[in-house]
Amino acid sequence: MPPKRSALRKGRLIVVEGIDGSGKSTQIKLLQKWLEARGQQVFFTEWNSSALVRQATKRGKKKNLLTPTTFSLLHATDFADRLTYHIIPYLKAGMTVLADRYVYTAFARDIARGVDAAWVRDLYSFAVEPDAVFYFRVPMNIAVDRILGTRTKIKFYEAGMDLGLSRDPVESFRLFQGRVLAEYDRMAPEYQFQVIDGTRSIDSQQQKVRGIVARLYDQAPNMERR
Amino acid sequence: MKSVRPGKSYFAHGLPYTDIARLNGTLLTLEGTDGVGRSVQVKLLKEWLEVQGYGVIETGWTRSELMSETIGAAKAGHNLNELTFSLLYATDFADRLEKIVIPALRSGFVVIADRYMYTAFARSVVRGADPAWIRNVFGFALVPDLTLYLKVDVDTLIPRILRSRGMDYWEAGMDLHFGSDLFESFRKYQWRLIREYNRMASEFGFVTVNASLPMEEIQARIRRKVQALLDERKVQTLSEGIETLRPLLFEPEIPRRRPIRGSRASRPAPAEHAPAP
Repeated sequence: MPPKRSALRKGRLIVVEGIDGSGKSTQIKLLQKWLEARGQQVFFTEWNSSALVRQATKRGKKKNLLTPTTFSLLHATDFADRLTYHIIPYLKAGMTVLADRYVYTAFARDIARGVDAAWVRDLYSFAVEPDAVFYFRVPMNIAVDRILGTRTKIKFYEAGMDLGLSRDPVESFRLFQGRVLAEYDRMAPEYQFQVIDGTRSIDSQQQKVRGIVARLYDQAPNMERR
Repeated sequence: MKSVRPGKSYFAHGLPYTDIARLNGTLLTLEGTDGVGRSVQVKLLKEWLEVQGYGVIETGWTRSELMSETIGAAKAGHNLNELTFSLLYATDFADRLEKIVIPALRSGFVVIADRYMYTAFARSVVRGADPAWIRNVFGFALVPDLTLYLKVDVDTLIPRILRSRGMDYWEAGMDLHFGSDLFESFRKYQWRLIREYNRMASEFGFVTVNASLPMEEIQARIRRKVQALLDERKVQTLSEGIETLRPLLFEPEIPRRRPIRGSRASRPAPAEHAPAP
């Protein structure tokens, strides 16, 4: 099991969450530059990026082999691997870890796909609790426009096509991401997400994020955190 | 002998999107530590069942279409910890459960699983995972109709392993860093695994078979247990069939408009007799 939060107290774990097209990746990159300019040691990690299950995930997605449960477990394996190699050592060294998506992505997507909510939450019970979670909230039509504006095709699992909600990828995306959005909204108070209005200008969102992040560093180093 | 439940049940949370109401097949699992002789017993059991006319599907640990290559590569890389180790196996298990085991049970096959979730429990717990956590991870699994546990002690196991294929890195639990001596590590690791299996034998009601007996004798004992289960299931299926037919056979003369309320003694009192709220 992972170390106690107290062993990681020197580091800071900042997470961005939101549906595809919510603008969270843009915001976390801007935040990283700003933190680095302020002299912070920053490490960036993103969802579904470990080498351990890359090949299986790629094949599973390409050949549509994945069920809601294997989809969930593959992502949990990826997360466990990154937690071990890309998150915990950096926090122990006192660095700031920026995570583009965290366990909440799994909760939202997997529950939207139909797995048991208590099961998936317990599955990720080994995760380290973040210092701040920014939830970039956008209405569905804006997310769809942003996704379609940057590429020509929506991916099979991104659109939740495995659930058979609709044969039209755009319609399926709307229905599936609508469910994901509802799950995020449900989680926001439970996990004390910092909700950022993703329809506002990039700059004004970033100012709000920086204001909250700055406070994480203003606390005295020996102060009891959580 | 405990009575056989009709149909199947999930170990815990289950697969909410999968209906298991009509899984008419039989799920047999063989458990036991590395080198205990499971594979040969599975092979002999399968042949025997097929001769009797049963359709048999075999499934084995890490053999899923989705995960077998990845698990092989990960074990070659030696960079797994108790979490990733457990989760890779769970993914493999889920893939085989949903793609092989459940469809085969739905078609009435006998499914023989060479290792089941109990192997994952033993290995994960020995590696320091939380027992409650790993049991939750496999909460989507089906409870087997019968788990045959091939029980052996580590001193009987060692010469057998050395005569057959030798000791390998993972079977010796070298990732647990008991020391650099392969033999000593194997002994410690397998001793701990066997202890976990023995604990689970009572927790989960395994049928224990002494694996130090000759191969043929082990098989004969396994067949007796499996035969008893299949016979019981046959009787049960027949009696369920009669239950289903009973209204047609025995009750046509009962007037259809007879009031239902009060027709059975075990029914709760009608609402009007309940005290006012």
